[in-house]
Amino acid sequence: MKKEFRVIADLLPRNIRVLDVGCGDGSLMSHLIKEKNIEVRGLEIVEENVKKCIYKGLSVIEGNAETELHQFPTKSFDFVILSQTLQAFYNPEKVLKDLLRIGKSVIISIPNFGYWKVRTSLLIFGKMPVTKTLPNSWYNTPNLHMCTIKDFFDFCIEKKININKVVGVNEESTSEIKKSNLEIKNLFSKVGIFLLK
Amino acid sequence: MPSIAGLFFMSEKIKKINVSKPLVLDCKKTVKDFSLAYETYGSLNKNKDNAILIFHALTGDQFVSGTNPITKKDGWWVTAVGPGKAIDTNKYFVICANVIGGCMGSWGPKEIDKNTNEAYGLNFPVITIKDMVKSQETLLDHLGIDKLLCATGGSMGGMQTLQFCATFPNKTFSAVPIACSTNHSAQNIALNELARQAIMADPVWDNGKYLKKNIQPKNGLAVARMVGHISYLSEKGMQEKFGRKLQEKADYEFSFDADFQVESYLRHQGFAFVQRFDANSILYITRAMDYFDLSRQFKGGLVEAFENQTTKFLIISFSSDWLYTTKENKDTVIALNSAGADVSFAEIKTDKGHDSFLVNEPEFLKTLKGFIDSMHVKFKNEKK
Repeated sequence: MKKEFRVIADLLPRNIRVLDVGCGDGSLMSHLIKEKNIEVRGLEIVEENVKKCIYKGLSVIEGNAETELHQFPTKSFDFVILSQTLQAFYNPEKVLKDLLRIGKSVIISIPNFGYWKVRTSLLIFGKMPVTKTLPNSWYNTPNLHMCTIKDFFDFCIEKKININKVVGVNEESTSEIKKSNLEIKNLFSKVGIFLLK
Repeated sequence: MPSIAGLFFMSEKIKKINVSKPLVLDCKKTVKDFSLAYETYGSLNKNKDNAILIFHALTGDQFVSGTNPITKKDGWWVTAVGPGKAIDTNKYFVICANVIGGCMGSWGPKEIDKNTNEAYGLNFPVITIKDMVKSQETLLDHLGIDKLLCATGGSMGGMQTLQFCATFPNKTFSAVPIACSTNHSAQNIALNELARQAIMADPVWDNGKYLKKNIQPKNGLAVARMVGHISYLSEKGMQEKFGRKLQEKADYEFSFDADFQVESYLRHQGFAFVQRFDANSILYITRAMDYFDLSRQFKGGLVEAFENQTTKFLIISFSSDWLYTTKENKDTVIALNSAGADVSFAEIKTDKGHDSFLVNEPEFLKTLKGFIDSMHVKFKNEKK
């Protein structure tokens, strides 16, 4: 399983209700059921992934998070998870607002545009970065609103969203990000995971 | 092919139970000692964790799989149900009953009213989807099944599935309502009215008393069926299947015969249907569909209907279905979500229209199989 998923799972208590927005083929959902006895539901836009979840006996709704989050009642889940998708929405701010409405807590992970390899690609080679976390070219990327960990950090403060914890993930390690080490972590983390309340 | 009157004599091929428990119908009439015809496929296992109840659609019957012993044609859901099929009868015990109001052996308008010794005709009470479902629940008692693995059906079968879950909470471990809605739309009521008017405009219909003369309002019933068949296909599907192709001729005949293939198809469907279906049953069953409105039954709306459910739902819609659109199916999902129910949803992308659940649509069948098989594993664990 992806290291990012392990970090997310560690942030979750046992026996709670979770909504996994953009749940993919359900690998995180399966892990949460097995390891933490979590009651988990998924929302997924890709038809093939929806079917994979159904075959596994996972509860999944085929739909678009951009337009269909309204169907979930307010505070109907303990946690809502959104993994590396926020940047792909037309209106990430509106989606985030909805997530915060549905969940008592929200976990959001973002591919960090401030990662050093991304920065050097642009700085040294003068080209849009293509990396493992950002595998697409400029013309076919689904990512409309790329941001850095620092950007998202500032965004939460500006919007008065309560940041409970931030974890930076790269190949070697995972580490907690605080205001004091934000600059350096923003350079060396591939993915930032935010726990919001 | 037997005539409709001939169906009276086919009873040895039809399994029936007598429902002796009084049933209070939605129209406030109480009925008891009526018959419910059913069929089963496969066998109930020792743990009783493999029973699947299938609800049929408007013109269906209890003969889901294999060969229908009355019409000698394939069972109506032979694409999905049978040995090795999506609903595998080697593994699962499949039950299906003919709805009350129907004409394949269950209590309906063509049955004999003991008070008058004549066929009921329009003296048959107006029944609802809820009445249908309540009568079928008694069959589960008869078969010794406390809890089903799954309840499923498409179209009116899907409505019955939703009704079953709302009326008998947690009586089934899982449920798959297919291509349906929680209430009948204005468009669907209008189409049903068209079918009814076609029947009632046939002079043979004679206020529903045609059975006394041992005849059927064939012309009206055939038109009613044609209306249905148009609505079961999608515009694109129909264009691809028929286009403007002519029926075994090189040029127009400048007459009103069936020049076009699509005309010939509709006439054939209409003709085949009158051989096997009772016109009054169409009136009664379409009425039951029109009256279907789950939120009206539950004062608190749909949330109330599905509250405190442990049943795991899978709603399936078809992208080209204009009778029960994806949007309507999604509204059901929203209602289930609001009630905190465990619900999955998948839209099958297809040009085959509302009919998609009855024809060979691989993506649909794979999804159905995947869900039921995974539910069986979970249900077995729950029963341990």
